[in-house]
Amino acid sequence: MSPARHVVGRSVARSDALGHVTGRTVFTTDRAFPGLLHLKVVRSPVHHARIRGVDLSEAERVPGFVRALTHADVPHNVYTILGLIGVEPEEEFVLAVDRVRYKGEPIVAIVAESEQAALDAVARVKLDLLELPAVFDVEEALKPGAPIVTHWGNNTFMYEGHPCRRVRFGDVEAAFAQADHIVEGRYDTKPIEHAPTETTAAIAVPEANGRFTVYTNTQALYFSLDNTSIILQVPGNQLHFVGGTVGGGFGGKVDVIVEPLATLAAMKTNRPVKYAFSRQEEMQVSSTRSAWRIYMKDGVMADGRLIARKVTSYADSGAYSRQTPYALTKHAANAAGPYAIPNVSIDAYCVFTNRQPTSAMRGFGITMASFALEVQMDKIAEVVGLDPWAVRFINAYHNGDMKPHRKLVEDATLIETMQAAARLVGHELPDAFRTMTSDPRPDRGA
Amino acid sequence: MAKLRGTGISAVNYPTGMNLGGDPSQALIHATTSGSFVVSLSATDLGQGLRTVIGQIAAETLGVRMEDVVVDTADTDTGPHDMGTFASRATHRVGNAVIAAAVEAREALLDVAVDEFEAARSDLVFDGQGNLMVRGAPDRSLKIADIAAAAQFKYGRTIAGRGAWMKPKSPVDPETGAMDPDSTEAHACTVAEVEVDTETGQVTVLSIKSAYEIGQQVNPALVRGQIVGGAWMGMSHALYETTQPYYPDPEHAARDFSEYVMPGAHEMPEIECVVLEYPSSNGPYGVKGVGEMTANSPIPAIVNAIYHATGVRIDELPVTPEAILRGLDAKARAAGD
Amino acid sequence: MASTIVTFQLGEREVEVMVKPMTTLQAVLRYQLGQTAVKEGCRQGGCGSCTVLVDGEPMMSCLLPIEEVAGRHVDTLQTALPADAADPLQQAFIAEGAFQCGYCTPGMLLVARALLDRDPHPTRDAIIDALAGNVCRCTGYTPIVAAVEAAARARGDRDERGR
Repeated sequence: MSPARHVVGRSVARSDALGHVTGRTVFTTDRAFPGLLHLKVVRSPVHHARIRGVDLSEAERVPGFVRALTHADVPHNVYTILGLIGVEPEEEFVLAVDRVRYKGEPIVAIVAESEQAALDAVARVKLDLLELPAVFDVEEALKPGAPIVTHWGNNTFMYEGHPCRRVRFGDVEAAFAQADHIVEGRYDTKPIEHAPTETTAAIAVPEANGRFTVYTNTQALYFSLDNTSIILQVPGNQLHFVGGTVGGGFGGKVDVIVEPLATLAAMKTNRPVKYAFSRQEEMQVSSTRSAWRIYMKDGVMADGRLIARKVTSYADSGAYSRQTPYALTKHAANAAGPYAIPNVSIDAYCVFTNRQPTSAMRGFGITMASFALEVQMDKIAEVVGLDPWAVRFINAYHNGDMKPHRKLVEDATLIETMQAAARLVGHELPDAFRTMTSDPRPDRGA
Repeated sequence: MAKLRGTGISAVNYPTGMNLGGDPSQALIHATTSGSFVVSLSATDLGQGLRTVIGQIAAETLGVRMEDVVVDTADTDTGPHDMGTFASRATHRVGNAVIAAAVEAREALLDVAVDEFEAARSDLVFDGQGNLMVRGAPDRSLKIADIAAAAQFKYGRTIAGRGAWMKPKSPVDPETGAMDPDSTEAHACTVAEVEVDTETGQVTVLSIKSAYEIGQQVNPALVRGQIVGGAWMGMSHALYETTQPYYPDPEHAARDFSEYVMPGAHEMPEIECVVLEYPSSNGPYGVKGVGEMTANSPIPAIVNAIYHATGVRIDELPVTPEAILRGLDAKARAAGD
Repeated sequence: MASTIVTFQLGEREVEVMVKPMTTLQAVLRYQLGQTAVKEGCRQGGCGSCTVLVDGEPMMSCLLPIEEVAGRHVDTLQTALPADAADPLQQAFIAEGAFQCGYCTPGMLLVARALLDRDPHPTRDAIIDALAGNVCRCTGYTPIVAAVEAAARARGDRDERGR
């Protein structure tokens, strides 16, 4: 019995309710600043190209043009948010130098007195590009002779010497040889955009004391501040980040995409600068959920027990890492599912292609794994002649089981949760499943 | 041509916290002279209601009313470090940091109260209504506001607390994948009912019924908001949305809401849910994260239901009407052979 | 191009703005008249977060040149519903949890307000039809529809008691 609590566990009214229903909640671009400048970005119109030249002369003549920022203006022009959590290498540029790797990649930032002037100037920047062959399919990208997207010579993220994140638990090949049935599946998903109703935006404002206040709808305030500090090579204490109210995130506002350029522009012009994504930029440039291709091969006994699972997964990272390499590790910890499987092999690849970079989105690394393995469970049920509930109860993990990544299961309630769902829909479970618990198995076999 | 109905299930788990850890959160709490407590954070609210949930955790631990707590976020000049709101980490990590800070602040308050009441610490009880009283002597009660004012002006003491919580970062073995990825796991099981129109290929999701286990719920209405909103997003992932409908071909990429297809109010299924509470071993009041997982189990439940309805197995998302019709054609041809 | 003066009614007051021709009503309301409850989800008429009422009709302000409202009456959430959230519609949105991030909420409230003014006892289908132009990414629409139904009931009860 949990102790009596006076507020935790109660559906108290939201503290932001009044603001939301009166329209007074302040979102990032609701703020007004005198002398505000607008930043818009010149983006690659092609999927893969060498940049031979950039001609700003006509853009500079647009009335209202204030200045342009190129890679030469960015003190540390390398952008990677993984560096902050110790994952290397650095490989994405804030503004492109001599190559673009995806349609939409930023090349030049234009700052102007009005949004329209900025857009007019962007339209007048002339790009001299030599198009290169592009690759769009994750398995094609891994074949010899494929166009190489990265600067390190192959199209995968390297995990300590391996081209993929690996899990090796038991011996899947031996188990396949023992299995009564082999069930295989291939699962394909496509990129998905967070599509929050509010687009990504930041406004950087120079303060009288020489610091810069950056109003932003980032999901990670210090993450964004630290990244901006590294890119602009200014001490973190010169930056003051203010936010906390986000019009929808879903993982799409963690990439620190607008703050560095907005702040750099504010530093160069000594005026407030707004950099807000249009809906088209939000759709086609801001990171999406990766497309995945997941191959699953399962060894199953006649009684429905899964004795081996081999997973080969490819996540399409697009042209740059963003946070996708981290996702493959998280994926590897979850691709076998909430089931007790004694032999598991997982190869999870982070593959680079010439499309808009992918990054975190609600369920990062796991949503599509759950899709694949839960459809796979139904296939297994059909092959062995059991109903879908039965195959899940038979294989559900218990506390104390060893997961393929060698962590013991704790806080497990898959069984109880399935029982509750069955009751909710009026599905009668046989006694054995109705009374099962997640308690550690008495025998604790392998 | 027919409308075929089917049911499908799925069962999932979902981890709490940034993978492998190393994602700290900190909180600062101080009392004002009016008896309210300001909780200073850098955590961001994405609309899920984090500010409210953190306020509840602070009020519970401090022993005060919800209206006595002010959650001030997010500003890096006043809020201590927080890793960010993602990976279903915020309620768990920020909540734990807030509990630590609130415990320290509460102890500082009790130190002053002991002197004000001239009573033993163990005899002092919070009534949860903004008062502190001596156990067994209801007439010996003081408003927390008065104790806070006394601390400031009579004793010159602070009533404040600091808290931090982090799961230390751990490595992953590159050969075996051995790792400690998460703090705890939440669970869900979804049953979806669909109706497939074999003439148009359109799938109507009739109902999404789920059981969730997410540790202790701090605010059941906000949890329900995640479950219902997530069910819709899962349906959208399963049947509608993508930026690149011809993936891996990048052409005809969606540019706006007219091209990025999502279901609207006309497509609302009936949504029912039941939430189990099995407190986690390390979350604040037994919390587990819920914000991300709610789109996950509806997706395969819907896809499995389509198979049950039509006998067509589709292993590619989104499951479009075109995919359904091609699948039905292929099935008819195979039957004819 | 030279600026012009456009005069219209915003809530209870007459306003006069100097604008470049074809400036959208959305831009004028947000950046000249402090009506930041008018949101900017897409500026292409695709999401409805910019919804305002023009002579009581819900319209997407991102698609309306300011000249179109000369001499007409415009309401935003800030002018149409009270700042203390006392309106049954606002109360119903709060009670039903009909918002999360809040970005689509002004548009939803105005569309609902226009519907209930026109049809005090709408069917569930009529409510769903009315909301068809407004995108919500957080709630899944279910609590929004429930809130409009609850508001219709509450207004009905209040009207009955008032008699």
